[in-house]
This record gives sequence, structure tokens and C-alpha cells, in this order.
Amino acid sequence: MMAEKMLVQGNEAVGWGALSGGCDAFFGYPITPQNEITDWFAREFPERGKVFVQSQSETGSINMLCGGAAVGFRVITSTSSPGWGLMQEGLSQIVATELPCVVVMVQRGGPGAGSIRHAQMDYTCVTRGGGPGGYNNIVLAPSSVQENHDFVALAFHLADKYRNPVVVLTDGLIGQMVESLEIRSFDFEPLPEKEWALRGRDEQKDKVRRFLHNAPGILPMPLYPNYISFLKHLEEKYHKMAEIEVRYEAYHVEDADLVLVAYGYPSRSCKRAVRMARDEGLKVGLIRPITLWPFPHQAIKNKAIAGSIFLVVEDSQGQMVEDVRIASENRGAVHFLGMWARHLPTDGGMIMPGIVLKEIRRLLS
Amino acid sequence: MSATETKQKVVGKPALAGFPFPSCPGCQHPVVGRMVFEVVEELGLGGKTIVVIGVGCHGGPMFFANIDAILAPHGRAPDIATAAKRLRPDALVFTVQGDGDCVAIGAGPFIGALTRGEKFTTIMCNNTNYGTTGGQLAPTTVMGQVTSTTPKGRSSELGGYPIHTAELAATFRGTAYSARGALTTGAWYQRTKKFIRTAFEKQINKVGFSFVEVISACPPNWHLTPVECLEWIDEVAVKEFPLGEFKNLGEIT
Ligand SMILES: Cc1ncc(C[n+]2csc(CCOP(=O)(O)OP(=O)(O)O)c2C)c(N)n1
Ligand code: SF4
Repeated sequence: MMAEKMLVQGNEAVGWGALSGGCDAFFGYPITPQNEITDWFAREFPERGKVFVQSQSETGSINMLCGGAAVGFRVITSTSSPGWGLMQEGLSQIVATELPCVVVMVQRGGPGAGSIRHAQMDYTCVTRGGGPGGYNNIVLAPSSVQENHDFVALAFHLADKYRNPVVVLTDGLIGQMVESLEIRSFDFEPLPEKEWALRGRDEQKDKVRRFLHNAPGILPMPLYPNYISFLKHLEEKYHKMAEIEVRYEAYHVEDADLVLVAYGYPSRSCKRAVRMARDEGLKVGLIRPITLWPFPHQAIKNKAIAGSIFLVVEDSQGQMVEDVRIASENRGAVHFLGMWARHLPTDGGMIMPGIVLKEIRRLLS
Repeated sequence: MSATETKQKVVGKPALAGFPFPSCPGCQHPVVGRMVFEVVEELGLGGKTIVVIGVGCHGGPMFFANIDAILAPHGRAPDIATAAKRLRPDALVFTVQGDGDCVAIGAGPFIGALTRGEKFTTIMCNNTNYGTTGGQLAPTTVMGQVTSTTPKGRSSELGGYPIHTAELAATFRGTAYSARGALTTGAWYQRTKKFIRTAFEKQINKVGFSFVEVISACPPNWHLTPVECLEWIDEVAVKEFPLGEFKNLGEIT
């Protein structure tokens, strides 16, 4: 069968990705620059017999996600930076309750109300869990409309696999741009049934009640007789994710003296800059982290050991650059090109390939 | 009914109740819990029920009950119940919340659910203060009542005036049922139990949102003996919070 192809906006691709990922319900509150996502679900979900609820706030969205996940369904919300802030208590509770869900975070500029345009200023708060209590979520970073679709579908699978939230961290630019999208289906590894979900006792195979709660070990349960046993279990889960879920794209990295590191929209400027630099005979490559957590530390470390230097291109004042510094373990110099390099000093300014190329030339001269 | 059955009904524990979670002597939250279990048993729905538990002493009786349950973050139970009921419309879904949980920190989620006319049930235990954290001012604290954060009694300058949740819930068009009960006498016990049953029936018949507020004694934080608590409810609390049904619709038009 020919895969269906269409021309859509990045935000709408999130909706199509949710369908491909077997999503049952969307809960969300409007915020720019992700409004097309909320609108898409309002339009497309009820007529497919799926649930759409416009929540009264982002705290509402995230707790509705908790409820939908608790009763065993695939659930998603989307928001932008201020809404992400409001969701943190709920997200931490979802982690503690070990519920799977997908949060799409279309970054805009901050702090505060900030801008309503693209930015990458929430890397740190998103990759470090975000809420209280010290935990981790897998964070996927798309850089195209197609990846908005693909990564949302993947996010549902990973969330169920680990019974943990997965964040798709994109930005206003990818959300607003229009590209061609191929609707794909995915053959992810089969997962066990959600025997832990609330259904009402009669609907459980063993007819035994389920009790989901956000203080395992504090309220002793068979699986976690005490607090430390639960924290150990969470830690093992994070180790496993860090071991097997790291994803990144390596572009002309093999012989590169200078490795660019970028995610999301700036990674597209970087790819272009790599091609232009290669035309000039400069040995430049790009590592594009696809999972921002777990971060591709090893790939960067390997290049550092091989003697490469790094240029982190990130539309912020410098957040991911810290992870690259940690990964390089002080072996290769880590340079930074941030939002001061925008082509305009406004909320609409972007980091263009030209300025990246200029920096490449400067570093390799 | 055999003698043993009668005894079980009068002094025994409802089968759904499970391990008793500790509370202070004279606390009436466990009585609300017991009443809920009795009604769910009478409706024969123990195996089709999901309870969303608020944060506070009111939640205790639900922890180890023999029904599917989830603990909500403080005040967020209506959000969780919204999603649970929408995705499992055939389950009996209810929240158990305190007055602080429901109309202080949880006012947003509660009003959101009322506005959308969600078809679950909320049981709110009103003990006119925050029991768990040591008896602070709640939106329901009555005028002049001494709490740990109103050491000179609630004054309008500092704390405004009490909120009337059952009356408020009744004003929403999506609300099918709203009532307030108390546990001061056998008669009021029976009436309040009937309120809870009617509320669940509204949900079962998919009419709309249903709500029952129960005035519930908190002896240590009221600084009264359990018996004095009952007198205080009769003499003071009920004057501020009249008992009865505020709305009872067979259909929302
Ligand atoms: C976000 C958050 N803030 C504060 C608390 C602390 N806290 C726990 S219970 C409670 C008050 C509960 O009062 P109420 O809902 O009236 O229930 P009661 O204990 O009186 O039954 C508070 C403030 C918390 N658990 N979470
Ligand atoms: S503090 Fe009050 S509400 Fe809490 S258990 Fe004791 S009596 Fe009940």
C-alpha cells in the first residue's frame, strides 16, 4: 500500500503522529505557538470516537493525563513554555505513580510570558525532569514536520514501555512550518497488557483491586515495601533508559575536526553549514541529539577522545552546551554559538546557516 | 435477616471497607467513608467503581478499601476523575475530597468540572479547617472560628467569608444533584446516606454532575470533645451551612 502523503504544518503533524501512535485521548489548554495542536485534536478526535477535553488550565491538562493514563489509555497533551511551568507538580506525581503519557512541549522564548515565537530556552528544565523530586523523562527532539509525527508515535511506545512520561520537545518554528508528511505505521516491539490500570475490580483478570498512588513505599505496597526500594526501582528504570534509548544522528562526523552539536531547528541551519564548509574543504560534521535525555554522551566523548573540538549551536543563552562540556570531559574545546547570533535582535530572529559557517571558518583558521 | 446479618449491618464493617486507616477519636471522615461503602455495596457496584482520593485526612478511609483507587495531587481529583469517567463511562467514578482540597487549592479543577458538566460524583467532607496540617483556616471556616492561622478567630478583613459549596455547585447548569448532610443524629445519618445514594444514581443514569457535602467533626483541631463537636455542628456549623438538597434534577435541559 502506498503511504499517504500530505502537506501539513508541524503542529498538525503532532496530531497525525498521535493517531499513528494509537492515542485515545487529548487534554489541553490553548497557548501560542501550539494552538493548531489543540485545534487539530478538537476537530479530528471526537469524530473518530476518541476523547478531546479542553482543560481549564495546564494543571488541569496534566492531571487529566494522569487520570486517563491511570485507567489504561494512551493520552497526550501539548503546551508551550508557561504551560510547561504549570504542569510540573502533576508531571512529578505521574512519575511517582508510574503512569505513561506523552507531553508535547512547543518551546517559546522566556522567561516569564516571554515571546510567542520559537526559542530553545527550556532545555535545562525539560531534560532535568522539571518538577520536584529528582526524576527523568525521555525527551525526544524533532527537527522536521515528519519527525514531529514519527517521534510522537514513538513517544507513546516508550512511555508504555517504561510506565513513565515522555516529552517531545519541539519549538515554535518546527510547529509553524509546513512540509510534506508521510503517515507511517510503526512496528514497535510488543508490550505487555496494562494489568496495573484501574478498570473497576470486575474488569481485572484476577478480580483484585488496583491502587495507584504517588507515594510508593511511604504507603507500603507488595512491590515496594519501603521508600528506598521504590527509589531504587526508579533509578534502575533510568539506568535502563540511559543504556538503550539514546538516539542521535551523526552527519559527516567520521573525519570531522570540528563537530557541531545542535537539536531542533538550529540543527537544520547546521546541516546546511556543514555542507557549505565541506565545499570549502573544511572537515566539519554534526551530532544531532534526538534524545536530549538520555543525552548521547558517548558519541561526543568518542569524538573528544579522537581529538575533535565542538561548536554547540543553540537558540538560547547556553543550556545544552553544558551537557556537551560534561560529555567531552574536558578533552576537546567546547565553543558556543547562541541566540546572540540571531539574524535579527527580535523574537523572530533565527540562527541562520551563514553565521554558523562564519564561526566554523573562524574556529578552523 | 438473620441475627448475625443484623449484627453485621449494625456494628460490623462494610465488606468494601478494608484495612482501617487510622484517624483521631471522634473524627467523622471514617463515617463518611463507611456510608459511601454501604451505598456502593447496596448498589452492587463495588467491582465497577473507581475512587479518586484527595489529599488530607478525608482520604484515609479510601486507601485500603476494596475498590480501584488512585491518589490525586492536592486539589486535582476532579481533573483525574474527568479523564477517568470520559474514558471509562460505564464505571462509577467519584472523588472524595476535603473542603480545603475541593474549594481552596482545588477550586480551579472543581469549577472546571462543574462548568463542563462532568458526569462523576464528588463527596466533600467539610470539617471547616485543614485537618491534616494542623487545623488552619479553610474557605469553609466559620466567622470567629479559631484556627492555627486565625488565632483570634476568622475575621472578614483577614479571611473573608465562608464559601457555600453545595449551594455553589447547584448553580451550575451541568449539575444534576447537590446536597449537604451531617452526621449528628441517626436521622441525619440516614438522610445523608440517601443523599449519597441519590448522587450516585444521578451518575448511573448519566444525568450530570452530582455533589454531596458532609459536615464532619474534627475534635483535635476544633479543641472540643467528640460530643461537644456534635453540639457545635448543630448550634454553629449548620447555621452557616444549612442541610438539605439544593438541586435534584431527573434531566438537564
Ligand atoms: C501542593 C500541596 N500543598 C500543600 C499540601 C499540604 N496539605 C496536605 S493536606 C492539606 C489540607 C487538607 O485539608 P482538607 O482538604 O480540608 O482535608 P482534611 O485534612 O481536613 O480532611 C494540606 C494543605 C500538599 N500535600 N500539597
Ligand atoms: S485531624 Fe481532624 S480530620 Fe484529621 S483525622 Fe484528626 S479529626 Fe479527622
